[in-house]
Amino acid sequence: MNDQLAISVRDLAKSFGPVEAVRGIDLEVRPGEIFGFLGPNGAGKSTTINILCTLMRATSGTACVAGIDVDHDPAAVRSRIGLVFQDPSLDQQLTARENLEFHAFVYDVPASIRKQRIAEVLEMVELTDRADSVVMTYSGGMRRRLEIARGMLHTPDVLFLDEPTIGLDPQTRRHIWGYLGELPKRAGVTIFMTTHYMDEAEYCDRIAIIDHGRIQAIGTPDELKKMVGGDVVSITTSDNVAALPQIEAIAGSTPIADNGTLRVEVPDGAGFVPRLVRETTVEVTSVAFRRPSLDDVFLKLTGRAIREEEAGSTDMMRMMGRAWMGRGRR
Amino acid sequence: MSTPNGVMVRTAPAERGRRKSTLWPTLRAIYIIWYRDVLRYWRDRARLVASLAQPLLFLIVFGTGLSSALSGAGGGLGGAAGAAAGLTYTQFIFPGIIGMSVLFSAIFASMSIVWDREFGFLKEVLVAPIDRSAVAIGKSLGGATQAMVQGLILLILAPVIGVKLTLGSVVALLPLVFVLAFALSSMGVAIASRMRSMQGFQVVINFLMMPMFFLSGALFPLSGLPVWMTVLTRLDPAAYGMDPLRRVVLGGAGLPSFALDRMGLTLFDTVLPIVVEAAILLGFGIVMLAIAVRNFRVRD
Repeated sequence: MNDQLAISVRDLAKSFGPVEAVRGIDLEVRPGEIFGFLGPNGAGKSTTINILCTLMRATSGTACVAGIDVDHDPAAVRSRIGLVFQDPSLDQQLTARENLEFHAFVYDVPASIRKQRIAEVLEMVELTDRADSVVMTYSGGMRRRLEIARGMLHTPDVLFLDEPTIGLDPQTRRHIWGYLGELPKRAGVTIFMTTHYMDEAEYCDRIAIIDHGRIQAIGTPDELKKMVGGDVVSITTSDNVAALPQIEAIAGSTPIADNGTLRVEVPDGAGFVPRLVRETTVEVTSVAFRRPSLDDVFLKLTGRAIREEEAGSTDMMRMMGRAWMGRGRR
Repeated sequence: MSTPNGVMVRTAPAERGRRKSTLWPTLRAIYIIWYRDVLRYWRDRARLVASLAQPLLFLIVFGTGLSSALSGAGGGLGGAAGAAAGLTYTQFIFPGIIGMSVLFSAIFASMSIVWDREFGFLKEVLVAPIDRSAVAIGKSLGGATQAMVQGLILLILAPVIGVKLTLGSVVALLPLVFVLAFALSSMGVAIASRMRSMQGFQVVINFLMMPMFFLSGALFPLSGLPVWMTVLTRLDPAAYGMDPLRRVVLGGAGLPSFALDRMGLTLFDTVLPIVVEAAILLGFGIVMLAIAVRNFRVRD
């Protein structure tokens, strides 16, 4: 196995009883990359990341992180990775500094540099002035930043982030991405993250799209978008059922019905629209075309969109859960 | 604060030497897990004060009430022996209430593992490059420390209740309270390591903690009971912790040993020496801790 790779995974599979969550995944992540793992809920993202972090054991296949086999020497892997979980994992009754001290201690950061490292990571996420406040008083975004700082404290080779911005408002998400985007350059770390936010995947150097436990495509965001080819045209008509075969004949490819809209890929959107209006017998009520997004790539590969509502409702549940638990504590 | 000797994190993974080098990191991890629990306990002083309310109720209200009732009925504690020694009911239950405080505190403290699981912090501990046994041991010692403080703090009430404390009895109490706290805390950790939600917590309290308290001999002597209850009390690990506390506290206060033996814990009609009782309790604690360690080591 190549020692140069930050992560290498070969034919990885994991079953829970009869359910196959991951069905044979291959991937390689180079050092210093920001690698995104993109897919809907239940696609196998979290299972894969849990195996790479040694929290679960694979049913078959191999995975190496920082050149170490995760099944062979989980403790060695753990000392070389940083983790930011989907759900918060800070001790809310301790201060930020105490949380970091605990982490430094269990990760064996040498005593001589412990204070300095803690100061550095606090500075990195701009929490120096709040370092001695109890975490309970922090906002959601601040807690996330502190968790990122903690994940980086022991200078890991690979930082894993499982849905790092879930449940945060868009402004905070951008802020968090400001830190994450700089990390590989500043600290020489490799980032492996999962997300179901399409816009976040754009920040990644490379992306793997996973669905039903299999990798559907892997490449840079631009490469993936080129798979769609040309422009994406969204059409609404007075009768989509009747319009579908007609559009198919003009475009030369089958439109996908999505939420009352017909979406079709064409090589040249500007030339397609006049032909569409001229040649269909059904009334076209609206038409728009644009460059393909990762959403379109996902739609093409899996036949469905990652719906924001779907994401929205899980986020909501999560936040309610937190609010409830937060109340129970006080 | 101890200082780590090596810089093993940054060096390449040692393939063979790993086994023998796990001891020091494990000890350090036990220390920090223990330290976090103690720090949280110390910071939560409201809880510290509030947890004194229950023992005080037992001693002052329950103890005084039952003392009056018993003397009115002409009965005595431990039969005539207690009465002959001039022992009031409140004085009799005083060591038992110390034990109760230890029992409740140890169980509650170990249940913080379930909180940690629910609030996510446990994950931070479980993915750390440390041996999982450190989690169980650190938690058990953390809970034991809290329970010890909660129990020993009640000694300040001794003059109010009229129990004379000697330096010797206080010194002898320290290891005995620790063994009781450690055994019960380990039991709590073993249970909590299998619990996935707070729902099970109520079950533990109703079906374990309260029966253990009532059968421990904290409130009445364990002699002269019906057979079924005698059996149950002897199966209660807490009973092996209460009896030594009573012997040391009341013995130090001048109660003659024949009176102590009369109300003491017997097994097959033999009065158990304190050392044997402590050994039984310690053995129970170690078995529980071993179960907890095994539970924490399981990986999906």
